[in-house]
Amino acid sequence: MTAATLSGAASLPDASPDRRMQAWRNWGLLLLAPYVVIFGLFVAYPVGYALWVAHHPQSYIDLAEDPIFFRSLWNTVIFIVIGVNLKMVVALYLSGFFAVARPWIRWLSVLFILPWAVPSIPTILSFRFMLNPEWGVINQLIFKLTYEDGPNWLNDPTIALSISILVHIWKSLPFWTLILLAGRLAIPSDLYEAASVDGANNWQKFRFVTWPSMATLYLTCLLLSMIWTLGDFNSVYLLTGGGPADLTHVLATLGIRFIRLDRVDLAMATIVCALPLVLPLVYVMMKRFSK
Amino acid sequence: MTTAIKWRSVGQEAKLILIGIPVALWTLIPIYHLLLFAISKKDTAFSGNLWPSHPTLANFGTVFRQEHYFLNNFWLQFWNSVFIAAMTGALVLVIATFAAFAISRLKARGGRLVMNLALFTYFIPAAFLAVPMYRTMGLYGLLNSQWALILAMVAIASPYAIWVLKQASDKLPQELDEAAIMDGASPLQLFRLVYLPLMMPSLVAIGTYAILLAWNEYLYAFLLLSKDTSITLPVALGNFLAADDSPWELLMTTGLIYALPPAAIYYAFRKYMVSGLTAGAVKS
Repeated sequence: MTAATLSGAASLPDASPDRRMQAWRNWGLLLLAPYVVIFGLFVAYPVGYALWVAHHPQSYIDLAEDPIFFRSLWNTVIFIVIGVNLKMVVALYLSGFFAVARPWIRWLSVLFILPWAVPSIPTILSFRFMLNPEWGVINQLIFKLTYEDGPNWLNDPTIALSISILVHIWKSLPFWTLILLAGRLAIPSDLYEAASVDGANNWQKFRFVTWPSMATLYLTCLLLSMIWTLGDFNSVYLLTGGGPADLTHVLATLGIRFIRLDRVDLAMATIVCALPLVLPLVYVMMKRFSK
Repeated sequence: MTTAIKWRSVGQEAKLILIGIPVALWTLIPIYHLLLFAISKKDTAFSGNLWPSHPTLANFGTVFRQEHYFLNNFWLQFWNSVFIAAMTGALVLVIATFAAFAISRLKARGGRLVMNLALFTYFIPAAFLAVPMYRTMGLYGLLNSQWALILAMVAIASPYAIWVLKQASDKLPQELDEAAIMDGASPLQLFRLVYLPLMMPSLVAIGTYAILLAWNEYLYAFLLLSKDTSITLPVALGNFLAADDSPWELLMTTGLIYALPPAAIYYAFRKYMVSGLTAGAVKS
């Protein structure tokens, strides 16, 4: 590319190619500068500061003595391993549903994107009110049907965390379904026609046509979703607030808990502890995206 | 023979509908519940009916006239959200377009490194950066200033913007630059007269992305802003929760008002969003 630019410049009779190249280079650096400044001030410096604050071994000893830290770590693993895999399998299945050409399915796909299009706060609050033990619509329904009081949903750590996972899935399922749908629609239809001629059933078409074409995309989406889900603060914090008794915290909300306890060093140490979980994923994703 | 085929297609349609109905219910119930609260009077909101006996828009009036102490600053907070989203959108567009142009067209030295740093930032979950960012903004003396939130949002939104714009601008033919150079164009002229017009669809997608990101942000807004007059709508909604006597129907109404602009923007620019933002992910 540089050679092409050079030869283009060289064919000009008056300007010296070297000077022109130099001018272009300088412009390049000048236009890069705003982002570099933003990166330096608001990404590099905070990260460096966090690492510096987190270098005291005492922080890690305190962290290790905090049972909530290990509980949060475990919750995060459950969130990632169960939540994300469940979400991606459903997204893969639904992408097949939305690939069927029917007018009403097109309309449904427009509606289906709503959870992704609206901000998470109002809908999470809506979930929260549905689950209210006294006035929530779910327990009212249970009472009408069984004449018994429903459970206090968010007061049980296991149920509360499961519902957080469901809320997370509700919010981000449309996005991943759309991405996988685009991948599915890119598969040439003659592959399916050939499979039909050979008498393949639906499962065989999926197994031998769809999956081989989509496996890479699916894995990329799975990893990316895992990274982003690690940072999902809203689904947990706004639904359960980390409670009951701090038992539903995940790594993303733990920082806020430590700020409340006025232990910023522990918040930073938490991030450092999460790095072995995050950096390998980030490395794989960067390899894929920087191609 | 024909009846067999007909029956099979009926069976297939039934199967599709059996998937479609749960999908529609799953998607709509929380949103419908939100809407139901917004159009119900306080005393009927908890009746558990599928449709309120006397639907009313009175809650909207209460919110718009700020007639509740939770809502004293509603319009100001709405404006704060608009201002922060608009500033973030504008700054991200300028910064990311410059960077993508420098990396992709001018082949600036260090461009590859900057691209990698940006990608790295993009992949680090934003919630992990929140506490360090909060401390840093404190050190810069920006806490409680709306610029703290705008700059944080710019730092978070720019990486993806640069990546998408770089992908899009790599696809523009190199001959365009060469022709412009032959005509004696300067880099700035190339940028303004050739590059910007051709990049318009991607710029619309990125501007929308940045605006929605900033409008929807809760965690950073809640950490960086605290005065009732400087917070954004989502933080105000979160503050409702802290109180025991929260007026739920007003909370849901405010939530609905807050959710409408981004949904409208999303649907208006859906074509750009879907093609511009999914292309990259599908490619790999």
